[in-house]
Amino acid sequence: MSPAIGGTLARVEGGAKVTGAARYTGEIPLPGLAHAVLVGARVASGRITEIDTVAAERADGVVGVLTHENLPPVPGTPRLLPSLVGLAAPGLSWFPMRDDSVHYAGQPVAVVVADTIERAEHAATLVRVQYAQSPASTVLDQVRDQAYVPERIFGGMLPGQFVRGNVEDGLKKASVRVDRTYYFAANHQNPIETSTTTALWDDADRVTVYDSTQGPTATQMTVSALLGVAPGKIKVISEFVGGSFGSKAMIWPHVTLCVLAARQLRRPVRLALNREQMFHSCGHREEQEQQLSLGATPDGKLTALRHHKISITSHFDDWAETSLQSPGIVYATPNYEGIYRLARGNTITPTFMRGPGEATGMFALECAMDELAAELNLDPLELRLRNIAEKDPTSGHPWSSSGLRECLQRGAELFDWRDREREPARREGNTLVGWGMAASAYPHVAPPNPQRARARLYADGSAVVEAGVSEFGTGVTTAMTQVAADALGLPVARVRFVGGSSDLPNITAAVGSAGTGAASAAVHCAATELRDQLIRQAVADERSPLHRAKPDAVTVSEGRMCLRDRPNTGETYAELLSRNFLPDVEALGTWTPPPPDPGYGMHTFGAQFAEVAVDADLGVVRVRRMVGVFAPGRVLNRRTAHSQLMGGMLWGLSQALLEATHMDPRLGRWANASFNDYLVPVNADVPDVFVETIEVPDTVVNPLGVKGVGEIGIVGSGAAIANAVYHATGRRVRDLPITLEALL
Amino acid sequence: MAAVRPISYSRVADVATAVGVVTADPESKFLAGGTNQVDLLRIYVEQPARLVDINDLPLREIEERPDGGLRIGALARMGDVARAGPVRERYPLLAQALHLGASTQLRNMASMGGNLMQRTRCLYFRDVEVGCNKRVPGSGCSAMQGVNRGHAVLGTSDQCIATHPSDLAVALVALDAVVQIEGPDGRRELDLDEFFLEPGDTPEREHRIGHGELIVAIEVPPPPAGSRSLYLKVRDRDSYEFALASAAVAVTVESGVIAEARLALGGVATRPWRARQAERVLVGAPPSETTFAAAAQEELRPAVSHGMNDYKIELARRTIVRALSMATDGGGTA
Repeated sequence: MSPAIGGTLARVEGGAKVTGAARYTGEIPLPGLAHAVLVGARVASGRITEIDTVAAERADGVVGVLTHENLPPVPGTPRLLPSLVGLAAPGLSWFPMRDDSVHYAGQPVAVVVADTIERAEHAATLVRVQYAQSPASTVLDQVRDQAYVPERIFGGMLPGQFVRGNVEDGLKKASVRVDRTYYFAANHQNPIETSTTTALWDDADRVTVYDSTQGPTATQMTVSALLGVAPGKIKVISEFVGGSFGSKAMIWPHVTLCVLAARQLRRPVRLALNREQMFHSCGHREEQEQQLSLGATPDGKLTALRHHKISITSHFDDWAETSLQSPGIVYATPNYEGIYRLARGNTITPTFMRGPGEATGMFALECAMDELAAELNLDPLELRLRNIAEKDPTSGHPWSSSGLRECLQRGAELFDWRDREREPARREGNTLVGWGMAASAYPHVAPPNPQRARARLYADGSAVVEAGVSEFGTGVTTAMTQVAADALGLPVARVRFVGGSSDLPNITAAVGSAGTGAASAAVHCAATELRDQLIRQAVADERSPLHRAKPDAVTVSEGRMCLRDRPNTGETYAELLSRNFLPDVEALGTWTPPPPDPGYGMHTFGAQFAEVAVDADLGVVRVRRMVGVFAPGRVLNRRTAHSQLMGGMLWGLSQALLEATHMDPRLGRWANASFNDYLVPVNADVPDVFVETIEVPDTVVNPLGVKGVGEIGIVGSGAAIANAVYHATGRRVRDLPITLEALL
Repeated sequence: MAAVRPISYSRVADVATAVGVVTADPESKFLAGGTNQVDLLRIYVEQPARLVDINDLPLREIEERPDGGLRIGALARMGDVARAGPVRERYPLLAQALHLGASTQLRNMASMGGNLMQRTRCLYFRDVEVGCNKRVPGSGCSAMQGVNRGHAVLGTSDQCIATHPSDLAVALVALDAVVQIEGPDGRRELDLDEFFLEPGDTPEREHRIGHGELIVAIEVPPPPAGSRSLYLKVRDRDSYEFALASAAVAVTVESGVIAEARLALGGVATRPWRARQAERVLVGAPPSETTFAAAAQEELRPAVSHGMNDYKIELARRTIVRALSMATDGGGTA
């Protein structure tokens, strides 16, 4: 039996998705369901002086209107913690509608509930809110001079600055130096399914919450902490989620407001954000600027790297996406300084978005490296190869696995990088063609606590394996089917993987590319435990052909246990269970992740190459081809992993050329909060994309050596494109997105 | 806020009834493909009390006229017109403008007449909580100091800088199309170039059409004999996106000089913009980069920008030059 892991099993839920049989949160039919619509603040700062709900309450079909004047108590004040931790994960540490204050535009000020969505939407427009406005700051330029260095960022998980060696000395020693500033427009995640919650309380004061979330337990713990309801009374179901890109990694206030409305009105309530509300309600990638200083010897060895970031955060939280992590460790430089500076503004707390942190940080570093290569008159690839950090420069520990050099070399080979012309590249009619490359890196993170799964084998030899993961498009259901099948020695067709509920064994939210690593470790442990239990049972059973065999001499294939060196001796799981009148056998598996400092640096690496065509007169940039090579540890499913990596590379295209949310500081809100005005690529923009993975064994990160493919695809992709634009045009564009006006 | 307020809806089967019903109710509007109307309804920008669905009217024919021109029913779908043989074969400019507009799905829904009546995508026009002179006369223009990267540089006024979004209309204006309008006072015809209004002091008025009047057909005269024509669209992404700048050109070159030139611009003006100043420079001159640049320069002399859209003046210039070069170097098709 060939292993399922590493194969190309098609999505097990694919049929249900394409036929519409898969039910998303907004599609769960419930009798008596009412629909809630949020009313968001239309100003960014101030107080509500009057809120008139009379017209809304009188409108047809309305069953209730919640405002700060009648909101039932929300007693909890959980701190902001990334959902990877596995505890309550509010997107911000402040909760709206507990008082009359307004801190950001779009902040919920009322919830209108009616018997149909149309009536609720209409009634929501009838709520009249008067504000006493106070001056609002919503863009970096308004608050830049008030910036401070936070002690810790990211929910307290990381320090606000990192130093090794002496960066000033390192820069002084350099013979070539590059100092550059990169600017990033704010971005929004924009999954197709808007955030949706449905809550249903029962007579025993227990609630079932259907939620579009990256982690059912994250929703459960957050609602529990805010409402003071025991977690055991909250069941969260999230079977299918229509994408997230980070917008559903944290549990935003509207989720709890929906649960509260359902309790208050004593009927099931659904709250689905509309597209515009998605821009104001689920965080975003913050507007930011990054300054890079690189120093190098004449032969291109880095002597120093200084990386400063300034960004805008909310009035509640010291949040910056963690842009300084990977850029600080990719290259070996003895002298490094990374500093986050934050300035407070009238915004919701920013949050995770596609390759959080690294997508911008590595863009800045890899563009600066390209500029340094040009200063040194060195091939950009060669500059990277000369500076690869062979061990973790922060700790001095070896890498648990790397593969960066192999990725760079293999990518160059696939792209024919050696044919690259040195300076301004070739012209084809009105088109300038350029090539660029960049390194990719993404930290490998693991949850800080045990991860669990359960495996059950039935007497007919089929198995069900369960863990509380969320399927938001990553393919986790398919990959877990493969992992369970291999560990149990069953064909994938005999294994069903079930996730999507907080009642199942606890798995943390799938964030930071850690989801598959955590889930596969738990599933592998559970399935292995079950197999071992069955083998132990067989060798102890005097009626079994395997009686008295050593358990480790037994192997399992196609559901049949046999002696490894005498395969004819054995019996099937089904025979064992039937003979002993066992309807099923079950095991719980627990994986304890490595400690925070396991004596190894843990990072995922890759390399990106891009060819662009720039219209010489009109400035239009189109990407012609991209090559990405990544070393994500073990690849569980080549098909879904390559798809995910390809999607990540296209996120990078989107980041480089299209995505920007424009704040109108006069109004204090996003001006282009719609798919009409916030551009993401369409199929016509998608070039020829080639993905390859290099498997690097890793025995540190988790039992299967899975480092994850969720985010690494975007990292470096945008930089490769920007560097190709430079190669094509001779112009460095350091503001994202690169739109045509920068190239006219 | 996406919402639908209570509204009444009726469906009519003939033009006279359609005109009669809408004329009788000042709060009513025609509903054709609905791709823009329903959207505006949902965001409360348009708040008719009644929608009169005209999709059953017999206005979908695409006919070739004895004079060699085309008559396109106002309810013909953009996709059907783009695919129609006579359009593909004899009006490449029109076919290209249609293909480059919207998406396949939208083109299958959107009608030709509706396309001419679509409203601007100005961010502030679409946000009912801010000032917009086009939406609420006298409430001020939020775009001039705001996010105006997509806004117009030609035909603007101190009241409004909203861009007209249509590609189709730009091509039709270049082709000297005529609209046939049926109204309470009978049928009339109007040059499409006359049909569209600059904002001036009345940005809420975008067309010379009265309440209850209905476009029933678009007549397109035969393309100029011996001309080469094309539609060039410059945009941020490669499909499903409005123009930052576009040019519709039809040029005839005889004995080394430009005998006839039609040029219209999209994405840069408050209405489909027939570039008559440029045409005057072109006619009689040799087809060269110098001529094209001079023509573009002349057309853009009155252009005014407002910050984020400063680039559009230069982009429009270059788009004109490129489109004319393509049409005269053989880049276009006859």
